[in-house]
Amino acid sequence: MTDLSVPPAQSTAQMPRDYGLKKRYASEARFKLYGMIAIGMGLLFLTLLFVSIITKGYTAFEQTKIQLSLTLDEKILDPAGTRDPKQLAKAIRYNKIIEPAFYQAIGLDPKDKAQKADRKLAKKIISRGAAIELRDMVLDNPDLIGTTQSVWILASGDVDSFVKGQISRQTDEKRRQIKDKQIAWIDALLDQGIMDKKFNSGLFTFGASSRPETAGIGVAVIGSLFMMGIVLVLALPIGVAASIYLEEFAPKNKWTDLIEVNINNLAAVPSIVFGLLGLAVFINFAGLPRSASIVGGLVLTLMTLPTIIIATRSALKAVPPSIREAALGVGASKTQTIFHHVLPLASPGILTGTIIGLAQALGETAPLLMIGMVAFVKDIPVSPLDPATALPVQIYMWAGAAERAFVERTSAAILILLAFLAIMNISAVLLRRRFERRW
Amino acid sequence: MQDMTPINTAEASERRAIKISAKEVTVHYGAKQALFGVDLDIEENQVTSLIGPSGCGKSTFLRCLNRMNDTIDICSVGGQIRLGDINIYDPKVDVVELRARVGMVFQKPNPFPKSIFENIAYGPRIHGLCRDKSDMEEVVVSSLQKAGLFDEVKDRLDEPGTGLSGGQQQRLCIARAIAVSPEVILMDEPCSALDPIATAKVEELIDELRENYTIVIVTHSMQQAARVSQRTAFFHLGNIVEEGPTEQIFTMPKDQRTQDYITGRFG
Repeated sequence: MTDLSVPPAQSTAQMPRDYGLKKRYASEARFKLYGMIAIGMGLLFLTLLFVSIITKGYTAFEQTKIQLSLTLDEKILDPAGTRDPKQLAKAIRYNKIIEPAFYQAIGLDPKDKAQKADRKLAKKIISRGAAIELRDMVLDNPDLIGTTQSVWILASGDVDSFVKGQISRQTDEKRRQIKDKQIAWIDALLDQGIMDKKFNSGLFTFGASSRPETAGIGVAVIGSLFMMGIVLVLALPIGVAASIYLEEFAPKNKWTDLIEVNINNLAAVPSIVFGLLGLAVFINFAGLPRSASIVGGLVLTLMTLPTIIIATRSALKAVPPSIREAALGVGASKTQTIFHHVLPLASPGILTGTIIGLAQALGETAPLLMIGMVAFVKDIPVSPLDPATALPVQIYMWAGAAERAFVERTSAAILILLAFLAIMNISAVLLRRRFERRW
Repeated sequence: MQDMTPINTAEASERRAIKISAKEVTVHYGAKQALFGVDLDIEENQVTSLIGPSGCGKSTFLRCLNRMNDTIDICSVGGQIRLGDINIYDPKVDVVELRARVGMVFQKPNPFPKSIFENIAYGPRIHGLCRDKSDMEEVVVSSLQKAGLFDEVKDRLDEPGTGLSGGQQQRLCIARAIAVSPEVILMDEPCSALDPIATAKVEELIDELRENYTIVIVTHSMQQAARVSQRTAFFHLGNIVEEGPTEQIFTMPKDQRTQDYITGRFG
């Protein structure tokens, strides 16, 4: 009361007070600038990453192929005429059909002994996987024998790189994988339209191969899908059950505190440690097969569990207590309250956490190296017990390969992995939007 | 102030059957004691209001009556509360059954984020009160009618309960509580989040419900207590200072503290 009675000093009434406004606004502007710089840097690096991967990788979605008219001569393929798959499976016989057809296409005589050296050079233009592709085609449909088919066969990886301009004509011939003579043939084939770039479906269907043109992510995608399935089936119910118990039923005491701390710590354990654990427990102790996606799935389940538990617990915590009270108030039991009201309201959060955990698991490489999933697997796995690789492991393996054509395949595989991750994250956001309720 | 002499005669003669009888009720939250031996008899088919300043223990006491305090880990309740002839803190008493007999309406309207129909049907369904669909529809309609909400929502029973206005939501919560046919309805400041018009409607409803249910209401509004209740208990610092017919509490309180509180000197 006393200070009110004191008349305001004359000076303060007339002179403008210094509120320090200029300084305050300046610091605000400065802070905004820092923020924009940070975001700008982030976007810049993201753009650089994408530009680099896309420019390197988009070419891998096309593959150079050669169109040949092949007569599937029964005398060569099946001299006995029994159509026995064992006989038909001999890949070397298919070479005897492809090679002469190709020599004719580039104007070489298949029989002339003087041209033997040229033929040897010309042969390298065709992929050695071409015969196997043709064989698989015939095995699928033995009726083709005796007919003449126009087939696009694979060109070799080096030819592919050359056609895509990744091997320069200017390089000295001695240091160039593609020789001058081959270049002349290739140019002629390209001019005639017999050689062309086609969509590379093999990238998605082939397994591992030392020849880039027959290497694909087929095995890796199937392996990753198996593992994601296992993680989803195991980690989601176990994680949700554990969180519900911890959050809703468990008494709050030293033991549950200890468990909580440990779960949080587990989320921060380096993934390679989980790989070692998987090696020791699932392979050495339980005797599960090496390189199998079931072991990978189990290891990734262990890794994903803490993420799901933490996400689920915070989703359960976020359900307003008024909803629990409402349910308890009409006489619902604790279990009914949780399963009829709390869990449905928490489900968007649980789903988001699960998808993010799955995305993490999908991109995980280190633990899979420990359990032998870094393997040369040619055959598409049909069950989780078969040897398989995973997408990130495939990228890791291709990144270490020497051939020029593996560079673009590495980038293409990264693009495909990123596409999967983006799809998962977007679906997490959409699910959240779709099911989010307000109260 | 002018007349402090108690009128015991009116009180003694008009006592009705006792629905809930609390004896020496004590509540501890961990080391902190919230109620210090509360004795209160709640009459059947009457509205009993619990008034008092914030933190005096009236909500705590209310939540003892259907064991809602069980959900708080550190809360422990002593003494005895009898509903009819059972002691509700008897270990043999099933809390789910108790809460079906003693319903509750909360401070903030808290409908389930489901349809209006589902909000009301939920209680009868989990208690198995309805044999078939038409039975259920009957219960839902009659509950909404009793809560005076039916005419406002009859065309949109499938719409979410959370889409109603605050006052309608609170009446929906009341309808949800009466759908399981409780004997007692506890209301914890049911109008504190509502505007005056919605409040008037809820108060009117409380007065109508008195015919079939015993109602205990916690309120911060003295006018509300005076308007809706027949008996009033004044809580202060974890004790009941005074309890009696509402009219007497508001016109001739026996205790100086009650007098001070209802005239607005503290609280």
